[in-house]
Amino acid sequence: MRYLTDRKRAVGKGSAHSGAEHHWHMIVSAVALAFMVPTFLFIFGNALGSGYEAALATFQKPFVAILTGLVLVVGLQHFQKGARVMLEDYTSGTTRKLLIMLVAGLCWSLTAAGLFALAKIAL
Amino acid sequence: MAEENRIQRPLSPFMIGPYYRPQLTSMSSILTRITGNAMIVAVFLIVWWLLALAAGPEAFATAEWWITSWVGNLVMFLSLWGIWYHYLAGLRHLIFDAGKGLDIPTAEKLGWICVYGSVVLTILTVIIYWI
Repeated sequence: MRYLTDRKRAVGKGSAHSGAEHHWHMIVSAVALAFMVPTFLFIFGNALGSGYEAALATFQKPFVAILTGLVLVVGLQHFQKGARVMLEDYTSGTTRKLLIMLVAGLCWSLTAAGLFALAKIAL
Repeated sequence: MAEENRIQRPLSPFMIGPYYRPQLTSMSSILTRITGNAMIVAVFLIVWWLLALAAGPEAFATAEWWITSWVGNLVMFLSLWGIWYHYLAGLRHLIFDAGKGLDIPTAEKLGWICVYGSVVLTILTVIIYWI
């Protein structure tokens, strides 16, 4: 009889020693996105093609601005971790390291740009 | 000295094709990765659209023109299907993580739910946009 949980036995294993934490982060962000994305899709899809004034009015609403900000931050962190797993599967060495950095830079840049736009629209 | 000890570490081999018959479970799994990573294209367009909205009417008109052109519409439509597929496959992943649905008949059933469900949800979303 083992008293250790499955999770406890997985923690610290593998070459990175942080895979269990990585996986858990994906679960947490996935559940958060599962709640947020359908509402965001509805709002964004209706705002797209509705004209400048209508789109501005939509994204000036506090709920829409906060939801979009959360989708960007949580979504791009989920993307960054997922893309990293793909890179670790298919590349190695310096190429892998550079691509992981590139994806991290890309994700944070898109997040910052999106948040800046939301702030400028709201204020 | 560290150089001498360097060894070629194995990468996870690409199984499908030479070692593995393509099947619903593996195909629906790899499609999760493809749709998830392809989502960056839609994110680029959405952030561009938001920046243009913040910049003013002229920048917004340019962004809207591109994103609602036929190429933009095609990209957005495919992204819509992609996000719904990734959404359902993600829920399936959560079920698998909980240690449930791992027997082959259930796993295959969940795979078909992802495939057909994503198409149904995409069509429903487009209908909702039109109304």
